[in-house]
Amino acid sequence: MVSITEKTMRVIFISCGLAIIIFLAGILYILLSNSMPGLIELGLGPFFAADRWNPGAYGEPSYSLLNMIYGTLMVTLGALIFAVPIGVAAAAYLAEIASPWEREFFKPIVEVLAGVPSVVLGFFGLVVLAPLIARAFNLNSGLTAFNGAILVGVMALPTIITLAEDAITAVPKEYRHASLALGGTRWQTIWKITIPAAFSGITASAMLGMGRAIGETMTVLMVTGNMVARPESFLDSVRTLSAGIAIDIGDVVFNSTHFHALFVAGLLLFLITFLVNLLADILIQRKPEVNK
Amino acid sequence: MNQKRWLTILGLFLLIAVMMVAGCGEPAEEQSEEPAEETEETEGANGEETDQESVSIMLGGSDSEVNVVARLAEEYMNENQHVSIAVTGGGSGVGISSLIDGDIDVANSSRPMRDTEEDALRDNHGEEPYAVRFAVDGVAVLVNDANPVEALTVDQVGAIYRGDITNWSDVGGNDQEITLYGRQSTSGTYVFFMELVVQGEYSERKRNMAGTSDIVEAVIGDESGIGYAAIGYADEGGVKALNIAADEGSEAYNPTVLENVTSGNYPLTRPLYQYMAGKPEGALLDYLLFEVSDAGQNIVLDEGFYPITETDRVFNKNALE
Repeated sequence: MVSITEKTMRVIFISCGLAIIIFLAGILYILLSNSMPGLIELGLGPFFAADRWNPGAYGEPSYSLLNMIYGTLMVTLGALIFAVPIGVAAAAYLAEIASPWEREFFKPIVEVLAGVPSVVLGFFGLVVLAPLIARAFNLNSGLTAFNGAILVGVMALPTIITLAEDAITAVPKEYRHASLALGGTRWQTIWKITIPAAFSGITASAMLGMGRAIGETMTVLMVTGNMVARPESFLDSVRTLSAGIAIDIGDVVFNSTHFHALFVAGLLLFLITFLVNLLADILIQRKPEVNK
Repeated sequence: MNQKRWLTILGLFLLIAVMMVAGCGEPAEEQSEEPAEETEETEGANGEETDQESVSIMLGGSDSEVNVVARLAEEYMNENQHVSIAVTGGGSGVGISSLIDGDIDVANSSRPMRDTEEDALRDNHGEEPYAVRFAVDGVAVLVNDANPVEALTVDQVGAIYRGDITNWSDVGGNDQEITLYGRQSTSGTYVFFMELVVQGEYSERKRNMAGTSDIVEAVIGDESGIGYAAIGYADEGGVKALNIAADEGSEAYNPTVLENVTSGNYPLTRPLYQYMAGKPEGALLDYLLFEVSDAGQNIVLDEGFYPITETDRVFNKNALE
């Protein structure tokens, strides 16, 4: 009896594990099979030409993803510049400085932040942050890459804080004790010993936060203005790949060139996030070596 | 002791946060839920079949039309319980391709069918496409309340959206750069505006908003902004609809005045279409006749659109007589 239950459970758990692989393979298959007709029809060139995304053109349609790639990079890197210092500092505070009750108080708040629906953040950005940015920088419109970067940074913060805190906590106690015993202050210990020792884990947290930021759609869609021109600065409107797909996919004609071109954008986005996550994973794997 | 106090404070904080989140989320959610609800209601009528043979009609397409058509269908089904009508959105392009594929009976479209689409329909069904205009929609050009400009010609609006005019001072306003707001390429309004007003490529500096209400929000927050939206949106505080003149010699009319639209004086109007494969008959014909009847046109008016004109009625004769 026991062995039968055991065997069934084993099969169930294995199939659950396999299901994830099947889902991923399915997604990749759908992405590839739907983007292939577009790639065959247009070739790779038009997607990276110095043109713009204009499938509903008055004249000849064009499908360049180049400006959207710039947009994605600007919002993502901007979000990291904003979120990594704050996230790592908050993680160091939670792991090293906060008393137990302070930790009990702040950790749920970080989780609440992670649970805020992106459409709510987007609405906040549209109605509150955009006019503020417009006034602060004397712009006509606050719907800019800067606005998107801040909000996406806020969305990436919980990921960064949680993972960086884990990485810092995982640094062996002996390191800290040694530093303190040698007369180092707490600040010196955190800055010179703990954070460097947890560096690969912290980098991984930033990479995973980046993975979150690249794919973020709703907030960016609502607050960056989605202009297809090449952005001139952080205070210009941009369109990201994810927002570009979301804008058009709702009512694109099924199986048209435009439809397949959107899947090419999706494939590109998938590859970028995949690479970032893979890199983060490699960094997490390396952590024990550094710590021992 | 201390910890308990903190837990209470935390609980309170969370409660406030949840309430604030709920408060912010509501306006955005309400709108998106509305069509879904109405579709449900129309489906709900399915069950109330009478002794007559039941007929089901599927309509789909334009998002601008989904609310008004759902309401028309609902009123019609109250009188004719043997007919069940389901209405879905998705966009004019989606509606027309579903009609070509045979997934729906009627395509709601805010633009006329293209020749290629008509050919595809003939190939797939062996039937001629028939069209009915059941309502008139107007597109308002919106600017911020603080903008001194009151009237523009269609040509000027086109030049602004092409990027040929980039400063308000060129059209009698303040010395301010113009910020363009618009919709995505697959929206029927995008195509309508492009063909009737822009007559060329949109400027690549046009900001694309996710929906019409986002355009209005953006113009409210931007003194130099210009946007376009269905006339129903022109009533919002903080924005005003410009008077539009057909050309330089003619008078400019405001779309918020009903007579300007129904008389055809306001230049930026479009008829809303319903396409089907083959001449409508039976229950479908009866429903379409209800749409263009006085009762149907009152509902159209009630939903923020305008009644069809005499020209539209002449156009409809082909399908309805």
